[in-house]
Amino acid sequence: VTQDLVVTVIYIGYAVGMLMTFGTVLTWVERKQAAVMSDRIGANRAYVRIPFTQMKLIWLGLFHGLADGLKMLVKEDWKPRTYDALAYSLAPWVVFTPVLLVFAVIPFGGMLEPARLFPSLADWYGGRSYPMQISRIDAGLLVVFAFSGITIIGSMLAGWSSNNKFSLLGGLRAGSQMISYELVMGLTVLGLLLIWGTVDLDAMVRRQSGTVLGVLPAWGVVLQPFAAILFMTAAIAENKRIPFDLPEAESELIAGYYTEYSAMKMGLFMFAEFIEIAIIGALFTTLFLGGYNLPYMDDSGFRFPGGHPIALSHGAVVVTQLLVFLAKVLLVCSFQILVRWSLPRFRYDQLLSFAWKFMLPLALLNLMVTATVLWALQGSAK
Amino acid sequence: VTVRYARKRYWNERQLGRWERAYLPEILRGLALTSRIFLRNMGKWITGRKGALTTYYPEETRADYAPLNRGKHVLTQRPDGKPQCVACNLCATVCPAKVIEIEAGFDPSDAAHPKFPLRFEIDYSRCVFCGLCVEACPEDAIRMAKETPNLPSGDRHAMWLGLDELLQWQPQRDPAKRYPSAGAGRSR
Repeated sequence: VTQDLVVTVIYIGYAVGMLMTFGTVLTWVERKQAAVMSDRIGANRAYVRIPFTQMKLIWLGLFHGLADGLKMLVKEDWKPRTYDALAYSLAPWVVFTPVLLVFAVIPFGGMLEPARLFPSLADWYGGRSYPMQISRIDAGLLVVFAFSGITIIGSMLAGWSSNNKFSLLGGLRAGSQMISYELVMGLTVLGLLLIWGTVDLDAMVRRQSGTVLGVLPAWGVVLQPFAAILFMTAAIAENKRIPFDLPEAESELIAGYYTEYSAMKMGLFMFAEFIEIAIIGALFTTLFLGGYNLPYMDDSGFRFPGGHPIALSHGAVVVTQLLVFLAKVLLVCSFQILVRWSLPRFRYDQLLSFAWKFMLPLALLNLMVTATVLWALQGSAK
Repeated sequence: VTVRYARKRYWNERQLGRWERAYLPEILRGLALTSRIFLRNMGKWITGRKGALTTYYPEETRADYAPLNRGKHVLTQRPDGKPQCVACNLCATVCPAKVIEIEAGFDPSDAAHPKFPLRFEIDYSRCVFCGLCVEACPEDAIRMAKETPNLPSGDRHAMWLGLDELLQWQPQRDPAKRYPSAGAGRSR
């Protein structure tokens, strides 16, 4: 229907715009946060001069991201003489596209009722309501894992088709690392699936607006604190950032699987990495931090544990949810950057034994304890 | 009873305690350290103070250069304010980077020092700040001051200093020579 189409197109525009903005802004946040953490000032030389004046806008170096993007776009697109030119040019897109697609199932707001938000549209929209989520799929979480699995193929394609030993080693490392950590990531989430009994991300967020023990918000991080830590670790490893950046360990492999890439193809790899930071932030927010809701909040307003419901208008709820989601995602991104600039890199054998001998057993243990506790609780309820 | 000594294999071998080998607490401690520094510096920036140790170079310069830092050249002056230099070109000869250019002038009215520099220019885009010119000078006419020349520029041809800047140095007390007071001015 036309109404649905309009809403969906707006959602897609919002999501893509948000991810692109995050991808660009995070390069700046990363630089600045690293600088402030290490008593430095950080990049602040790039400026935009207002035409016909001498006024230079610096804005704390915010334009460095623009300058980088422009540089990537106009650099020479150097290609190696490879036997598989198709795979070589396809690989950056195979890495980049799934990262964007993952966001399709992540809810960035609650239920939207255009008729209540804009009374002038009431006739056209009637009583329709839309969850703020590009596509509402029951298998939401599975879709997330399915798409992020495709990224592995992209990294390995890049490593394989570059006709370079460093790239090949990087591609192999990326493959084994991402497969190992994806397993851990999936297992950590299983505990939450047991508790909530659904893989629909929007339903998961709605379950989190209640309370536990009467006081604490029923966020995933409260219900499954160990799973939250393990998920975060596995997600950073999945994104191949320090301390898990073995595939592109520059002191060993130059740049790993994108050694032979230049200009915007290389930029796509970097951009995908930064967007994935935002995606991990969004996923972590959705699964563990109550999604787009503030504590004790749902689509109708606040409902505090003492029993004082505060109703909010629909517009206020929608705006709050959108902003809260962005703020939470930004906080989690900032935490990832903190980790990246604090911890030293693993050795490769340590990396894999960390996944298989430490995180995997812990994830299984967490799952086992969760299942036992749930079984005991349900048994007592019956 | 045999006592087994746990001996280090290397002098710098780390011996981790149980707490450190547990790994996660140390990771958390590290993250707490970096985030504490981040929050401290952010607090300084937000309240309008400087939260960094680095100097924002062309706009700011450090105040704590070492006294013997070879920052930039200065030409010493006679009591009448003329440069001490006799344009002998020894500094230009010894200079390994060949950055000093001197054009000599002739002044018959000054019988003691008839030769003087009309032009004395140093190209700081190439200067290596080795101080050999100071060593070579027979007249103590060129010295190095600890301050850096304020020359950052996008154009290397703008990185020359001439007599005007080099003669700015007017010390009030010098153990070796009497110098004109700061207000005396120069007449060349």
